[in-house]
Amino acid sequence: MDRQTRHQQYWKSNTTLVAVLLVIWAVPSLGCGILFVDALNGIKLGGFPLGFWFAQQGAILVFVALILTYALVMDRLDRKFDDRELPKEDAS
Amino acid sequence: MAEDIRFWTYVMVALTFSVYIGIAIVTRVKSTEGFYVAGHGVPAIANGMATGADWMSAASFISMAGLISFMGYTGSMYLMGWTGGYVLLALLLAPYLRKFGKFTVPDFVGDRYYSSTARLVAVFCAIFVSFTYVAGQMRGVGVVFSRFLEIDVNSGVIAGMILVFIYAVLGGMKGITWTQVAQYCVLIVAFLIPAVAISAKITGNPIPQIGFGSKVVEGQNAGMFLLEAIDQIHRELGFPEYTATFGGGKKSMIDVLCITLALMVGTAGLPHVIIRFYTTKNVRAARYSAFWALLFIAILYTSAPAVAAFARVNMIQTLNGKSYAERPEWFQSWENTGLIAWMDKNDDGVIQYAPGAAFAGKPVFAQNTDGERTLGALGQPVLDNEPTSAPNELYVDRDIMVLANPEIAQLPAWVVGLVAAGGLAAALSTAAGLLLVISSAISHDLLKRTLMPDMSDKQELFYARIAAAVAVFFAGLLGIYPLGFVAQVVAFAFGLAASSFFPVIVLGVFWKRATREGAIAGMLSGILFTAGYIIYFKTINASAGAEEWLFGISPEGIGTIGMVICFMTTVMVSLATKAPPAEVQEAVEAIRSPYGEMPQPTEYEI
Repeated sequence: MDRQTRHQQYWKSNTTLVAVLLVIWAVPSLGCGILFVDALNGIKLGGFPLGFWFAQQGAILVFVALILTYALVMDRLDRKFDDRELPKEDAS
Repeated sequence: MAEDIRFWTYVMVALTFSVYIGIAIVTRVKSTEGFYVAGHGVPAIANGMATGADWMSAASFISMAGLISFMGYTGSMYLMGWTGGYVLLALLLAPYLRKFGKFTVPDFVGDRYYSSTARLVAVFCAIFVSFTYVAGQMRGVGVVFSRFLEIDVNSGVIAGMILVFIYAVLGGMKGITWTQVAQYCVLIVAFLIPAVAISAKITGNPIPQIGFGSKVVEGQNAGMFLLEAIDQIHRELGFPEYTATFGGGKKSMIDVLCITLALMVGTAGLPHVIIRFYTTKNVRAARYSAFWALLFIAILYTSAPAVAAFARVNMIQTLNGKSYAERPEWFQSWENTGLIAWMDKNDDGVIQYAPGAAFAGKPVFAQNTDGERTLGALGQPVLDNEPTSAPNELYVDRDIMVLANPEIAQLPAWVVGLVAAGGLAAALSTAAGLLLVISSAISHDLLKRTLMPDMSDKQELFYARIAAAVAVFFAGLLGIYPLGFVAQVVAFAFGLAASSFFPVIVLGVFWKRATREGAIAGMLSGILFTAGYIIYFKTINASAGAEEWLFGISPEGIGTIGMVICFMTTVMVSLATKAPPAEVQEAVEAIRSPYGEMPQPTEYEI
C-alpha cells in the first residue's frame, strides 16, 4: 500500500467519524432541547422536566463528551494510519 | 459592611492586577511568531483555560444568569448556542487550522483560496466582528469599576485600557494567553463560590447542577421541587411558566432553533476563538485543547442556569408581598446603585411584583436642591419615572442576579470583592483576545502580506505593537463614548461570523473543489444578506414583529439563513469556475494529515 491510499483511508475514517458525531451533536441539543422538548417535558428526571434538562444541562454535557471522544478516537486513527514510514509511490 | 466591601474589592482587584502585570513582564516576546501565536508552544490544558477566559466575557459572567432568570426555558438558546459551537470547532476547524500552522484567519482564507481579494474580505470581516465585540467589553470593565469601587465609569475604562495595553503590547499572544489562564482561575472561583452558597441555602445541596433539580428547603414553597415551585409562583403572578417552551409570550420554535444554530455556528466562526487553536504545539494538542476549553466553559455554563433559577425563586419569595420596611439587607445595599427600585403605585407600603415594566425606562431618582435623593414616607428613594398601568411595582436589572448573589447568600465581604475581580477578569481577557485579532489583521494580513511584503520580522513586530496600541485606544474610546447601537449590533458579530468564515473554512478543508471565486462570492453574499436583514429590522423597521420577519426568524437568528446562503453560493460558483490549481489541492491534502510539513503556498495575483 502506498502513502496516498493510506491517506485516503485515513481521511475516509475521519469524515465518517465526524458525520456520526455531528448527528449525536444535533440530537440532544436541537432535537431533545428544542424540536421534541414538549414531548420530553412529560417525563420527569427528579425535579427536572426531561426536555428542559436537556436544553439547560444535558446538551452541554454531551458536547463535552463528544469532543473528548473525537480526540481519543483520532489518536487511534492517527496511529493506525500513520504513513510516515511508507514510500511516497507504490513500488510494485 | 459597605466599607468592608470596598476595602476587599480594592484588595482583590489590586492583587489580581499585579498578577497580570507580573505575567506580562515574564512573557515579553521578541518575534512575530511569539506575538501572533505564542510561538505555537502552549500546552493543551493551558490553552483550554485561556480559551475559556477568552470566550467568557463580561456578558457571560455578569449578565447571562440574570438573562436566563427572566427568560426561563428560552434562555437555553444561549446555553446551547455558546457551547455547541465548540463541537463544530473541534470536529471541523481546529485540527486543520493548526496543521495549516499560520497566524491568522485571513491567512488561511487567503492561502487556501489563492487570492488577495479573499484575504482582504476576511480582514474586513475579522476587524468588524472584533470591534463590535470589544466595545462592549471595555464598557463592561468601566461598569464593574464604577459599581464596586464607586469611581467614574470613564476612569474605569482608562484603568482597563492601561492594563490591557501593558500585557497585550508587551507580550502579544504569549502574554495574553498566560494572563487568560490566570483570569480563568479568578473568574471561575468568583462565579462558583456564590453559586455553591446559594444552592446550599435554597436547596440544601451545595452542587448547583444537582440543587437545580432538588427540593426547596426554605420559604413558603419548602418541600416542592425548585422548578415546580417557580412554575407555580409564575402562574400565581401571571407570568408564563418558567419551563414553558414556545408561544404565549415566549419565542416561537423556529426562532429558538435558528438563534441557537446561528450562535453555535457563529461561535465556531469567531476569529478570536479560532486563533487560540493556532497556539498549540501540534494537531493532537489542538483537539485536546478544544476538549479542555469546553470542559472549563461548561463548569460555568451548567452552573449559570441553576443560579438563574435560585435567584428567581429567592427574589420573588423575599420581595413579593413583603412590606418595604422589612426588605432584605441586599435590597437596601443595591437600591443605591439603581439596579433595583420600587415605586409604591397603590400606596400600601407593600412590594408587588407582576408581569410588565413598573415604569418607563431605567430608574431616575428625584433629587432636592442639594442634590440629595428625595425619600418617600417609608424611606424609599422617590422616582421621577412615568409609571405604567401594570400592577408591577418592582424594577430589577438582570445583572443584579449575579452581582447581589454573595450578599443574598450572606457571604463575607471578601467574596463580594472576588466577584468584582472575576467580572473584570472576564471582561479584560475577552477584550485582549479581540484586540490581538485586530492588530494581527492589520500588521500581518494588511501590511506584511498585502502592502509591504518585504519588511523584516522585526519591523512587522514593531507594526504589530503599534496596531495593538491603536486598537486599545479605539476600543477605549468606544467604551467611553458608547455608540447607542452597540448593544444592538452584537447580533452582528455572530451573524457575520456564521455567514462568512464558518462555511468558507469548512468547505476549504472538506471540499478540494471549492474555488477562489466561490469563496469570495459566498462570503460577500452571506454578509450582505445577513447585514442587510439585521440593519433593516434593527433600525429602519425596528418595530416590526414576528409576522414581518422572514419565516418568523428574528435578526438574532438570521445568521443561520446567511450561513446556508454562503454555503450554497460558494458551492454553485465553485462548480461553475475553474478548479483550484494542483498546488492548492495538494496543500488541502497536507492540511488533512496530522503529519508532515505544509507545502509553501503558491503565489497569487488577485
